[in-house]
Amino acid sequence: MEAQAIFDTLKGKFGDAVVELKGEGCTPAFVVVVPASVKEIAMFLRDDPAFSFDSLMCLSGVDYKEKFAVAYHLHSMKHRHAIGVKAFLPRETPSIPTVDDVWPAANFQEREAFDLFGIVFEGSKDLRRILLPPDWEGHPLRKDYKYPDFYHGIKV
Amino acid sequence: MTIRPNALPTQEMTINMGPQHPSTHGVLRVILTTDGEVVTRAVPDIGYLHRGLEKIGERVTYAQFMPFTDRLDYLASMNCNCAWAWAVEKLAKIEVPERAEFLRVIVCELNRISSHLIAFGSYTADMGAFTPFLYGIREREKINDLFEMLCGARLTYNYARVGGVSGDAPPGFLEKTVEFLDYFAPKIEEYNELISYNKIFVHRLANVATVTAAEAVAYGLTGPSLRGSGVPFDLRKDEPYSVYPKFDFKVCVGTGERGTLGDCFDRYMVRINEMRESIRIIRQAVARIPDGPVLAKVPRVFKPPVGEVYFRSECPRGETGIYLVSDGTTNPFRLKIRTGSFVTMNIFEKVTRGLMIADIVAVIGSFDIILPEIDR
Amino acid sequence: MVGNADLFVNWSRKSSLWYLLFATACCGIELMQAGASRYDLDRFGAVFRATPRQADLMLVAGTITHKMAERVKRLYDQMPEPKYVISMGSCANTGGPFYKDSYCVVKGVDLVIPVDVYIPGCPPRPEALIDGIMRLQKIIMKKKNVYGAKA
Repeated sequence: MEAQAIFDTLKGKFGDAVVELKGEGCTPAFVVVVPASVKEIAMFLRDDPAFSFDSLMCLSGVDYKEKFAVAYHLHSMKHRHAIGVKAFLPRETPSIPTVDDVWPAANFQEREAFDLFGIVFEGSKDLRRILLPPDWEGHPLRKDYKYPDFYHGIKV
Repeated sequence: MTIRPNALPTQEMTINMGPQHPSTHGVLRVILTTDGEVVTRAVPDIGYLHRGLEKIGERVTYAQFMPFTDRLDYLASMNCNCAWAWAVEKLAKIEVPERAEFLRVIVCELNRISSHLIAFGSYTADMGAFTPFLYGIREREKINDLFEMLCGARLTYNYARVGGVSGDAPPGFLEKTVEFLDYFAPKIEEYNELISYNKIFVHRLANVATVTAAEAVAYGLTGPSLRGSGVPFDLRKDEPYSVYPKFDFKVCVGTGERGTLGDCFDRYMVRINEMRESIRIIRQAVARIPDGPVLAKVPRVFKPPVGEVYFRSECPRGETGIYLVSDGTTNPFRLKIRTGSFVTMNIFEKVTRGLMIADIVAVIGSFDIILPEIDR
Repeated sequence: MVGNADLFVNWSRKSSLWYLLFATACCGIELMQAGASRYDLDRFGAVFRATPRQADLMLVAGTITHKMAERVKRLYDQMPEPKYVISMGSCANTGGPFYKDSYCVVKGVDLVIPVDVYIPGCPPRPEALIDGIMRLQKIIMKKKNVYGAKA
């Protein structure tokens, strides 16, 4: 199914929660959605037989300097089509509902986004730092991150 | 968890299968909560090899990031190099010369064979049989010799470039490759006779950690782990890239031959069979490789257009997906590497409930995880 | 007489260096391949041990991150005397290719434990590793043990 058709169906069903389709320069195209509706839209995309996006290829946080974004890349084993879903978050309190009960593959990737960006996934069954030590301060992949001088006495 | 209903009451122990352990395929820490010998909960703790590759990617140029992709999955460096090159070429719409694509496919498949040899060797060593490890390394050294002839390195090759490959195959390389394939093809039968159908080995692997097809897809398993559960999905056939459509090969799927479909034995046999298919692909590639240049003209100061791309390729451990965001400058704006091993760890806790401690080792080996891929 | 005792002790120590299998990253594979059939480390008497309690050589092969540094120190402390450390590869020497831009790599394992021999390379060839072990053997042969001198 083409990205435009997916966008039109989603817009028809969810109305204002679906903001726009970013196809220019993006492969696969992104459907930009409002963060609060991510879980509903995710369940619809997974369960609707015309879409059946049963595989979450990749979940990543992005820091566009004025705001954060969470980008989901979805793929359907049945129909062999792919789409991207993106939700923009404010920089001060980035928070978005979790999708780890829709696609269990999301859990570790959400923890990574939390660890490296500080994006909080509400309702996640396990949200802790995953790659960095638990007492690390700061979120390294943010654009304004300053490298610490010492960690436990060893120079960073 | 009651497993022996009339036994004495016991207390659960917490055992640390620490980061330094010979069979954790790297620095993986597993915190086991066990009731005697049976594991009630196994929580993986990762991050002991987190080197911040994604942050480094934002600070170096596209060409300078190539050696870092080597260290991403060092047993399949060629595959990771080529994945990065293909992702950047997809973003900037660069046309790669055909000879370069054929060379990339040859080295990627050779590296798939050598990665599966280590997977096979270390897995059997974990199970207690040390000999297949030495056999696997013997074959792998021959592949290392081929790669040394081609690009000078034994482990971290840095061979692909954005737009092609760094150097053409020297005279004699293709002939030596075919010689190696002729030598290696009967060895797979030797390994099957040596260990694969050994009664103890089968008993340790069959019916352990069964993953159904639906679970495998939902938990994001890819590569041999997904195909071991019976899902015939291979990126080289289903979302073909490079010159893979020109080759004829089979997708190896688990068949439940010695236990349930989707157990450790199936995943192991998928890897053994994939080595055979890789031999087929390399033979076809060597027979059909055209002449020509091996590197396209890419400007020295390379600035791809603004945009975002997600490209995934089939690496020996699953799919390596690269999500690349470019803002038109010489450095990537955001670089996210989605690796097969990282997402595979999602299913670890679920699949290890109720297993014995020794089975945990079998599970880690059957998913063929490697820590730098998990931690980046 | 005393000289001969020293010689004997040093010779026996250098001829059976049991190394701790501590492979973090890529250098670990070269270590494994050095221990396999083509470049055989067993002919030096060096067998790998899984536990630090039975090892006298720690071959730090691979990148050490801040999260791992504490474990490296603990493993080093668990090894019985006399113990030696070889730092294998650029990452263990100085942080390697991650020196400039990484936020969580320890810039050299000698910030955590004392090192005897450094082997450069990324990764060093097995021949380089064998050369490093032979240099360590020369260092061991020169040590004075009997009259309480520092071992």
